[in-house]
Amino acid sequence: MYNFEFEKPSSIADAVAALGGDEAQAMGGGQTLIPTLKQRLASPTTLVSLSNIPEMQGICTGDDGALCIGGSTTHGAVASGAGAYPGLAALAGHIGDPAVRNRGTIGGSLANNDPSACYPAAALASGATLVTNTREIAADDYFLGMFETALEEGEIVTEVRFPIPEVSHYEKFVQPASRFALVGVMVAKFADGVRVAITGASEEGVFRWAEAEAALSANFSSDALDGLILDADNMIGDLHGSKEYRAHLCGVIAKRAVAKAA
Amino acid sequence: MPKDGEIKSGIGASSKRREDVRFLTGNGNYTDDINIRGQAYVFFLRSDVAHGTLNSVDTSAAAAMPGVVKIFTGADFEAVGGIPCGWLVTDKHGEPMQEPKHPVLAHGKVRHVGEPIAAVVADSLEQARDAAEAIEVDISELSAVINMKDAFKEGATKVHDDLTSNLCYDWGFVEENKGAVDEAFKNAHHVTTLELVNNRLVANPMEPRVAIGDYARSDEQHTLYTTSQNPHVIRLLMGAFVLGIPEHKLRVISPDVGGGFGTKIFHYQEEAFCTFAAKACNRPVKWTSSRSEAFMSDAHGRDHVTTIQLALDKDNNFTALRTDTLANMGAYLSTFASSVPTWLHGTLMAGNYKTPLIYVNVKAMFTNTVPVDAYRGAGRPEATYQIERVIDMAARELGADPVALRRQNYVTEFPYATPVAVEYDTGDYHATMDKLEEIGDFTGFEARRKESEAKGKWRGLGINNYIEACGIAPSNLVGQLGARAGLYDAATVRVNATGSISVMVGAHSHGQGHETAFPQVVADMIGIDESQIDIVHGDTSKIPFGMGTYGSRSLAVCGSAMVRATEKIIAKAKKIAAHLLEASDTDIELKDGMFSVAGTDKSVAWGDVTLAAYVPHNYPLEEIEPGLEETAFYDPSNFTYPAGAYACEVEVDPDTGKVTIERFAAADDFGNVINPMIVSGQVHGGIAQGVGQALLEGCSYDEESGQLLTGSYMDYAMPRADDLPFYSVDHSCQTPCTHNPLGVKGCGEAGAIGSPPSVVNAVIDALHSGGKKVAHIDMPLTPDRVWNAINNA
Ligand SMILES: Cc1cc2nc3c(=O)[nH]c(=O)nc-3n(C[C@H](O)[C@H](O)[C@H](O)COP(=O)(O)OP(=O)(O)OC[C@H]3O[C@@H](n4cnc5c(N)ncnc54)[C@H](O)[C@@H]3O)c2cc1C
Repeated sequence: MYNFEFEKPSSIADAVAALGGDEAQAMGGGQTLIPTLKQRLASPTTLVSLSNIPEMQGICTGDDGALCIGGSTTHGAVASGAGAYPGLAALAGHIGDPAVRNRGTIGGSLANNDPSACYPAAALASGATLVTNTREIAADDYFLGMFETALEEGEIVTEVRFPIPEVSHYEKFVQPASRFALVGVMVAKFADGVRVAITGASEEGVFRWAEAEAALSANFSSDALDGLILDADNMIGDLHGSKEYRAHLCGVIAKRAVAKAA
Repeated sequence: MPKDGEIKSGIGASSKRREDVRFLTGNGNYTDDINIRGQAYVFFLRSDVAHGTLNSVDTSAAAAMPGVVKIFTGADFEAVGGIPCGWLVTDKHGEPMQEPKHPVLAHGKVRHVGEPIAAVVADSLEQARDAAEAIEVDISELSAVINMKDAFKEGATKVHDDLTSNLCYDWGFVEENKGAVDEAFKNAHHVTTLELVNNRLVANPMEPRVAIGDYARSDEQHTLYTTSQNPHVIRLLMGAFVLGIPEHKLRVISPDVGGGFGTKIFHYQEEAFCTFAAKACNRPVKWTSSRSEAFMSDAHGRDHVTTIQLALDKDNNFTALRTDTLANMGAYLSTFASSVPTWLHGTLMAGNYKTPLIYVNVKAMFTNTVPVDAYRGAGRPEATYQIERVIDMAARELGADPVALRRQNYVTEFPYATPVAVEYDTGDYHATMDKLEEIGDFTGFEARRKESEAKGKWRGLGINNYIEACGIAPSNLVGQLGARAGLYDAATVRVNATGSISVMVGAHSHGQGHETAFPQVVADMIGIDESQIDIVHGDTSKIPFGMGTYGSRSLAVCGSAMVRATEKIIAKAKKIAAHLLEASDTDIELKDGMFSVAGTDKSVAWGDVTLAAYVPHNYPLEEIEPGLEETAFYDPSNFTYPAGAYACEVEVDPDTGKVTIERFAAADDFGNVINPMIVSGQVHGGIAQGVGQALLEGCSYDEESGQLLTGSYMDYAMPRADDLPFYSVDHSCQTPCTHNPLGVKGCGEAGAIGSPPSVVNAVIDALHSGGKKVAHIDMPLTPDRVWNAINNA
């Protein structure tokens, strides 16, 4: 690690001010950032911890019925506190291990947008809204590719609002080493249609599977996905699975997600 | 045989592991826990290219950075010896293997990613790292040879310019039999041929390596603290071959060590560096490996590519076996690298079977990868995997029952001289297979298969036998085979005045539970409580010269030395007792810690005798020396041959290719068992590593760039508790070793040797039950590979 200044503001305003400094970087749970620092792959001058900001903590229900989760809420807190959205709570409960879940945050995960992370699938499949210190961003506009988001320099995710689907499920097929998603599929059925988001599979990061959404909106059963197959070209191919394998898994895992949706 | 738990103390008791109290409460004393006043820290700048010419290493800017004590490069070690290889293999033409120089720090060239180029010693680790970033290294990158088949090709890039090729040796075993073996293949009724890969593994002990060099100018005394399985081996290799330090000026201490699995046997550059630098800097120098460094600097394991052929007659008797293996040495020869694919592998190619003719060819190759050496099982897992896979394949081709085919070909008469130069002293392979059929509940398998099918899963049952050679090794024999060291061990039994005992042993415990099991033996022999006995290990200034722990040798070899030393103690104590009891020492009996005169009620307690030895007021000083301390060295007359039968049941998810292990049974014959609980634990851990190899672990390099693709736990998959079922393990089949005093054989590696073939056999069986006629899949059987095999079948 290189040396850095450490700040732990107690309000969003102070955090944003601190992040305005030269080479300042936000830190959520540090579960991605600290390993990066230890390997000397990042060298911020100032680390601004977001873990002590009450406005960014906790879970509540908004006026429109959406589940609102503070940007610094840990995966563990979502796993135990998001009972109103069981599919989301279960997803959070299977991220990493207890140590990771006790530190890692939803804002950090969504800001990082790892192509194999779980939360991006939930945000996209739910049609969530990402609230930042300056604006609201629809999930559909937020994820721009591997590790890329619509966030501007110094902008922080303060809250995420999840419309609650009638039924949902996140099915994760793990990469055997990291246990991130080799392919993870979130299905969410709303009154006006079904949304399907897939993580882990694509070179472009999390994405919606339009054909599956159409088929499921017409008939919400795993049979509806029979014969649907994604193009392998844009898939990730690596040690853990070829492009073809990932394309195939998307179909299998999507079906399982539908079958288990509750 | 008594049931587990029936024996309460001494030999056969499941005494709780006393060392676990300190390990589990955070009170262990590991090398990294040791901090010496004034110590500096070293950071190694390691090559990030696989192969290149080192044009220059400019340390001038770095040397001026804050906290820097001194920076070393390859040039500083020109006067120093290279890291030695401990085993000279002679090839099939009678020529010695090609032995490249293995520098402490790279000189002239870098040959694998992770090779140390420079070492920065500074007041703090962070300062050392900062300075390392300021070192300017100019490397002209060369094309890398990674794949062994490429390395073997005519005109391939050479890893070592001064060698004639990338071939370390071309070993034929037994060369004289080759013609007869080929002839037998010509006459065979059936030949099964299989090409397979024994995947490269990273040992990954929980504790990464650490080394601290210390030097006392006043008496020219070097001390090296290191995470080693064998401190005396390090003292010998480093002192004599690398740094030229006489033994009496070099003390090597290996305190608590958090797992070794073979990779902590070897003498590494970092140990030599810290010892050397402590003197050069006149400060203690400490190195603690990071996990990332461990992936690219700890010797890797396995990495063989083999074609194996089995010949059978019309009655399904095995008539001949032959193999062609490419074995990866990596870029340099690690301490025992050359012996693993040869003597530790070829000699086991008979397996449990009476195949009369065997020929093994091994070509050891240099590549631009981390050196490869012994890893839990070392050579025997490679042999077992080949034999047990090819037999399973033959059974399938012939429509034979895999158990029956094995049974029909078992060695049943002992001693048995194999056609590959070793003699099995004892064993009963039918007994372990009978036990396996029972604990594996083979009769219930079909019903379980149906249940799996009802869930849309394919279920398979895979079995295998294994035999291994432990208790390494008869020194005169291994000397003839090229070992550059003896392989005896030693123990000193020091009885204290009031009767408690310290046993100084050459074996090193790094998870095996010696501190519990060894006292059980001595307690049993004397008839006193185990708590009266402690063992001392891991410090060359405290223990006799022993060769350490690997090859499941600790109890069979060092334990035998301890028995011999204890016998000497008892003989002397009887003489003292005889004096005290005014009887003849031939009439003295020792039972439950009491010496008595046969046929009388006269007796004297152990503690009275030991006190007399140290307070010799009433003592035959003219006949017996005072004190009670004896040392014995023990050199085994043969290897020991643990053997067993393993069964694995898997479910395969045909949609994803994912394999789950549903049941696992292991029936082992370890000879006599000192502590059944510890033995079970050793088997449990071994199976976890074997399953890891079969399903999860695969060290992988990019074949173009030579970059390590599995350089962290993000990509290198370790087995975890939920990857494994509850095992049924049994070691009640016991044919005691005939040539060591305890009748023990060794159990440390069996699990890792015995489990991979049954896992793979089970997956192949499952695929066949699903109508997919897949002949073979190479390990690790990842979901992706299994799915591909299903798809292409
Ligand atoms: C062993 C292990 C296993 C894991 N397994 C999984 C898994 O199975 N699935 C999964 O999805 N993830 C997994 N993770 C990742 C984990 O969920 C991380 O917590 C997450 O990716 C990052 O969240 P964080 O709060 O720790 O962010 P940090 O590491 O603190 O930050 C990550 C990045 O986000 C930025 N950032 C942090 N918070 C905010 C914010 N509120 N607004 C804007 N930017 C912000 C930081 O500046 C940094 O660039 C695993 C991690 C580990 C170490």
